[in-house]
Order: sequence, then C-alpha cells, then structure tokens
Amino acid sequence: MSLLRVEGLGIDFGGLRAVHDVGFSVGPGEIVSVIGPNGAGKTTLFNMISGLYLPGRGRVSLDGADVTGMEPHLLAARGLSRTFQNLQIFQAMSVLENVAAGHHLHEKGPVIADMLSLPSSRRRSRQTRDSAHALLERVGLARAAEHEAGSLSYGALKRLEIARALALEPRVLLLDEPAAGCNAVETEEIDRLVAEVAAGGVAVLLVEHDMRMVMRISSHIVVLDHGEKIAEGEPASIARNPRVIEAYLGAQAGEANDAVG
Amino acid sequence: MPELMQFLMSGVTVGAVYALVALGFTIIYNASDVVNFAQGEFVMLGGMMTVFGYAAGLPLPVAALVAILATAAIGVALNKLAIEPARGAPVVSLIIITIGASIFIRGVSQVVFGKQLHRFPAFSGDAPIPVLGATILPQSLWVIAGALAIFVGLWLFFTRTLTGRAVLATANNRMAAQLVGINTRYVMSLSFALSAAIGALAGVLVTPITLVSYDIGISLALKGFAAAMLGGMGNPKGALAGGLLLGLMEALTAGYISSQYKDAAAFVVILGVLFFMPQGLFGTKTTERV
Amino acid sequence: MRLSTKAVTLLVLSLVIAVAPLFFPSTFYYRVGSLIFINGLAVTGLVILIGYAGQISLGHAGFFGIGAYACALAPAHLGLHPVLAAVLGAVLSGVVAYVVGKPILRLKGYYLAVASLGFGVLVAMVLANEAWLTGGPDGIAVADPGLRALLRGFGVDLSNAQFWYGFCGLVLVLGAWLALNLYHSPTGRALRALHGSEVAARTVGVDVARYKLNAFVISAVYASVAGSLLALQNRLVTPDMAGFMHSIEMVTMTVLGGAASVPGAILGAAILTALPQVLTVFQEYEQLMLGLVMMLVMIFMRQGLLPSLARLLRGRGG
Repeated sequence: MSLLRVEGLGIDFGGLRAVHDVGFSVGPGEIVSVIGPNGAGKTTLFNMISGLYLPGRGRVSLDGADVTGMEPHLLAARGLSRTFQNLQIFQAMSVLENVAAGHHLHEKGPVIADMLSLPSSRRRSRQTRDSAHALLERVGLARAAEHEAGSLSYGALKRLEIARALALEPRVLLLDEPAAGCNAVETEEIDRLVAEVAAGGVAVLLVEHDMRMVMRISSHIVVLDHGEKIAEGEPASIARNPRVIEAYLGAQAGEANDAVG
Repeated sequence: MPELMQFLMSGVTVGAVYALVALGFTIIYNASDVVNFAQGEFVMLGGMMTVFGYAAGLPLPVAALVAILATAAIGVALNKLAIEPARGAPVVSLIIITIGASIFIRGVSQVVFGKQLHRFPAFSGDAPIPVLGATILPQSLWVIAGALAIFVGLWLFFTRTLTGRAVLATANNRMAAQLVGINTRYVMSLSFALSAAIGALAGVLVTPITLVSYDIGISLALKGFAAAMLGGMGNPKGALAGGLLLGLMEALTAGYISSQYKDAAAFVVILGVLFFMPQGLFGTKTTERV
Repeated sequence: MRLSTKAVTLLVLSLVIAVAPLFFPSTFYYRVGSLIFINGLAVTGLVILIGYAGQISLGHAGFFGIGAYACALAPAHLGLHPVLAAVLGAVLSGVVAYVVGKPILRLKGYYLAVASLGFGVLVAMVLANEAWLTGGPDGIAVADPGLRALLRGFGVDLSNAQFWYGFCGLVLVLGAWLALNLYHSPTGRALRALHGSEVAARTVGVDVARYKLNAFVISAVYASVAGSLLALQNRLVTPDMAGFMHSIEMVTMTVLGGAASVPGAILGAAILTALPQVLTVFQEYEQLMLGLVMMLVMIFMRQGLLPSLARLLRGRGG
C-alpha cells in the first residue's frame, strides 16, 4: 500500500525536458530519498508533487486518489506538507507564529468571528498556540518562540520549517534538503526527527545531499540524473550501482561506501 | 467615411505619443525591472520647459533641446536619488516611490509653472492639410514622424552600438552583464536619461496640439503603461503597436461612444489585457522559481 | 496584570481622542480632528490590505466614493435613512470589491497597482460624468442624518463640530478594535503568512486567493464607511472624494505611519490630514510635500514612522 504514488511524471521548460517519466511510491512509515547531481530535477519534481508546478505529463496520487495538478492548499487539506530548499519563512512573524501558521487548516474559522474576537476564535488561537509550543519544543526552538523569525540562524530556520510542516499533521511529508547548511550536531538532530516522524506512520519523501544521512535513514532511494530516473532501490544496492556511481556519486563514491560499509 | 478617417488620424497622433511613453517604460523596465510611474511627468516637463524657454526668447529648436537635456538630467537624478537607494526594496515600495516622484515633480511644476495651460506655436503652422476627405494638422505629421524616427534610431542604437548592446545584455541578465564587465549602474542611469529624453521629446512634439499643464503626467503615464502592457511589457515593438492601438481605440471611443469616457478606454484595455492575455501581444511567458 | 499591545493601543487612542479637545485653541480643531478620524478609519482598512496581506491598492478612493454617494443618493431616491444608506453603501462596496477583487487579485505588484488604480479612476469618472444622477463635478447635497437632534433628545447638546468629532472618533476606535482583533486571529495569521511567503502559505493550506479577497473586501468596507462619515458630516459629496489623488493620499498615510501597524497608520493619517489644515503655507505645496514624503519614507524608513521609532526606542532602552 502506498500513500504517495508518482507515475510517469514529467515537465518541460521552454522545450527543455526538466523532468521526464519519473515514477515511484512511498508507503506509510517509509522514508524515500531522491538523490542526484545538482540540476537533476529534484526540486522541480517536488514542485510538481506539491502542486506548485503543473506537470506536463504523468500522475500523482495521494492515498489512491488522483491529485495531479491540484492546488497546493487543497493538497495540504489532503495531508501533504513540505519544506523548501531555499527557505520560505514568514520573516516578519515570530517563530511561534510561523508554526502557528502551519496550523492554518485546524485553526481557520469565519472572518467575522476573528474580527469580533469571539470566544470561538480565541479558543482556536489558544489551541494553536499550545500545539505550536509543543512542536517548537520537539525541534528544540522553544526558547526562541517569541523571537522574530528573521533573526534565527540558518540551521534553526531549517528546523522551524520542519516544525511548520509538521503542524499540518501531514500524512505525506516532503523535505527538500532539510540538513543543508547544518552542522554535524544539527544534522543528527534532523536525522532523528525525520526518523521519528516516519515511525509515526508518515510517508516521508526526502531530497538531501548529505549522503551519510541518506544512506542511514532511507528505506528506499530514487536516483535522478538529467531529469530521468536512472536507478532505484535499497541504499546498499544504490551505493553499489555502477550507473549511479558513474552519473552521480563520482568523487563522493568513497564517502558513500564508507557510510554503507 | 471622412468622419472615420478623421478619427483614425487623431488616433494615430495620440497613439504615437502613447507609444513613446510606453517605450520609455520599456527601456527602464528592461534595465531595472522597475515600472517608472513618473514617466508621464517627463512628457510634461519637456513641453513645459520648452514653453518657458521659448517665452524667455530662445529660438524654438534651442528651447526644445534645452528642455530635452534638462529632462534627461532629471531622469538621471530620479534614478540616483530615489531608485538606486531603494535597490532590493519590495515592489510595493518601488510603486510608492515612483508615484511619489511623479506627484513631487507635478507639485514642483505647479509651483514653478503655475496651473494654466501653456503652448508654443506649431513647427509648420496650423493650416490643416486635407487627406482623403479628412484633414490633418502639420504638427500631427511631426508627432508621427518624430515617433517613427525615435523607434528607428533606438533600434539602431540597441543593435549596432556597443553601449546599446550592453543595455540589452543587462536587461537579459544583470548578473552575467556584471561578470563580463558591464557597468550596470551606468546602464541604469543611461536608461533613465534615454527614457526621460524620449518622454520630453514627445512633450515637445505634442504640446502645440494638446497644450501642456502641470497635471497631464499621471494620465499619460497610465496610458503609456496600458500601451506597454497591451504590447507586452518589456518589448519595444509591443510599445509601438500598443501605443498606436490604444490611441485608435481612444479616438474611436470618443468619436462613436462618448467623448467623456474616452479615458476609460485605457483602463478597459488594461483590465482586458490582464485578464485575457497577460503576456500582451508580443510578450513571453515566464515561470516563477521557488 | 500585563496589558496586551492591543489593549494599550486602544486605550491610548481613546484617551487621546477624549483629552485632545482640552487643548483645542478653537472649534475649528474639532473639524480637523474628525477629518483625521475619517482618514484614520479608511487607512486602518488599508493596513489590513497592505500591511497584513501585502497587497497594494491604488483605487480605494473608489470605495470611499461609493460610501459617500450612497449617503447622498439612497435617501433621495430610495427614501432610506442616511445612516441606513451608509450601511447600504458598505454592503455595496463589499459586493463591488468582491466582484472586482476576484479577477484583479490574481495579479501581483505593478499589475495589481494599475488594475486597482483603473478601477478607482473609472468610479471617479462615472461620478463626474453622470451628472443626471450624481450632480457631476459640483457634487450633490446630503440630507441631515438627524443624529445630533437624536442626541439632543437625550439632553446632550453638542455643536455640530463637537458631535462629528465624537462620533467619528467612536467609529475609529471601533474600527481599530476590529483590525487589531484580526491581526492576532487565525485569519490575520493567514494574511500575514501569505504576505511573508505566498508559496509557503499555499503549502500550509491557506487558500491564498480567498484570503486576499477577504482582505480586499474588508478594506473596501472600511473605506466606504469612512466615505459615508465624510458625506454625512460635510452634507455634500464631490467626485474628487473618489479621485486618484485621494487614493494616493490614503496609501501614503498608511505607509508613512507604518503599513503593518494600526496605530502607526492612524498617526500617518493624523500628520498628513492636519498639516495642510493647520499650516496654510502647506496647502500650496501639498502635492510637492506628499510626493516627497512618499519617496523619503520608502527609501529611508520602509517600516514607517511608528515602527521605526519603536525600534529606535527599544534599541536605546535595552
């Protein structure tokens, strides 16, 4: 059974094939990593799955239902959540409010009630506040709750985005390079967090350059090169796959083998 | 039939002016991604300063030249003092800055030049020339010829000169232009000077027909913007086509529907273009990166 | 108990409104005051649109005009009480904002600015040209709403200027309360989120188109009510209430004080309303100054006067 299924997905930009005929699936509790050299089309793939780009070809299904080209906010309502490679933080809002905004689908209500600050509106806000605090606790940002988000370090912002994505209580979580720019300790934190989320039954799709992390936590790996899937399988088999080593690992091959071996 | 001819001719005349304003928008937009809402003020300044230079005893061509150069200098000052310091500001801020500049120039002009309508004599007299049953003013021919000359001259500038190519390169990719050693700040200033001078020239050409007062800039800017959008933002050919089309639409609206609502034509165009063909006639599609 | 920013803001605002008349050198200042409150109300609506949601409108004077003309036309043609006419105007503005906003809010930046501007200019054009209905450029008279007389019935006898000062002040406090409530509510969070990053807001489930439209409609209703207040007080409406310059003035007031801050924007409204009224020299240079303020604020204090000041003080204090 798979929560997220991608079949024959592709898109062109001005005649250029950015992604072509990519397919895979992610089941509940699984962590599937998408790897590939820069420009292989990983982020484009994410943007298609999460509804930011309209795919030119192929199908995306969530829990069996066809959701190809559906608006992101509707996908969110169906339990798909994501983070961004180049951070998309609500800079002017506090750290707590960033996570609170992630609760949007749970806390939204009539505008009139919000303007009049009716008890129903205040109750929704209070519940959001409590669960946002709990999430900040979980990613280790509780002490920064009232800070302006723009003042946080890069690594902290990465974790903030994860907290915001989790606020949605997703069934499918797309993480675009969650550990990029983080130090070893922070990476390990994120590593643990992702594993924990998956253990809770969430289907996790991960794009990551840190090969140690990918090899350690992935249940399955999809390799992209020039927008096409060139390999897929268990971490150990991917690390030994000659096509992958040739196309992508190259200089990093030794490092990847270290991680596996 | 003569009636239609008459409308078409007045449409082409104002259309040529809109095309020049649209061209001014295009040049600055290409160089800096800024939409300069003060573009219409350049037309006003060109006409106004010529009026006062001429009244002060300068020969008309000299007065016009001085007005064009002074307007170009004001364009550069606008870039240096208001646009450059706000580099990287959100679009909303840039909108407010250029509209602020427009209102500021208008306010200064009101104080300096007064609120009256001004004019100077037409270049080749006011005797209408009969054409196909209608008549056209000799000054209209000046306007149309002037606009064509500018478009041709600019095309040569952009395709045949090194400086012109540098401007185009900057428009395509500012970072890459910087890497190959193009001084993009200079290109910005040049673009402002160029589009201010073009606006001023339009003002010089059209003032004998439409007269000039301190407050004509805003509506010209909006119509120029409508024309630029109609043609496809950032495309000089589009500016020409959009300007002429808008001029014709206005003239026909005034002639056959209601002269009171002729100004509405521009906004109907803006809204129509935005909804039905956001890329305009000659525009290209872009994809947003996330 | 520690007071929230919202409570402090409303308290200070009410206090200033109540105490200011003690320092008025003449009754003329009541009139200045009520004008400030009217503009402050319109600008509070724009804070929701520009400051919260990050969307620009250069056509909100159009809604101001709709509210104003409703008070002139509905009593004369439909026999409605002027106060009910104001409500009708607000509803109409809301509906028009919905219909106009739905397509134009898909646009961004320059395009949204020009589309909204076009809308405002069209409204002003209709008001100026359809003289059979609107009285044309000279405007049209508005019936006395009889509110003062009503108050006199309760034994409170205020001069005309005093009455409108108090009434507009009351409506402004109410408007500020609603806007501040919104800021801290789920809807306000969604609006500020889409301002911060539209892409991220969409992926957390915010129906961006719908929320932008909400902000647009709410701000239109604010502008409409402000227009109605001015019409009822002046007993006269003219097309320039809906004009382009008025739209620009409203936006300038909003950004001068601080687009993201209700008290900031009201301060901006107070400054730009009072200056030309109090300093007659200012009148001749009004446009010049307005343009200069717009440029300077956006170049040097992008956050606006009040937030910049607050930051400065906080920096000093701690």
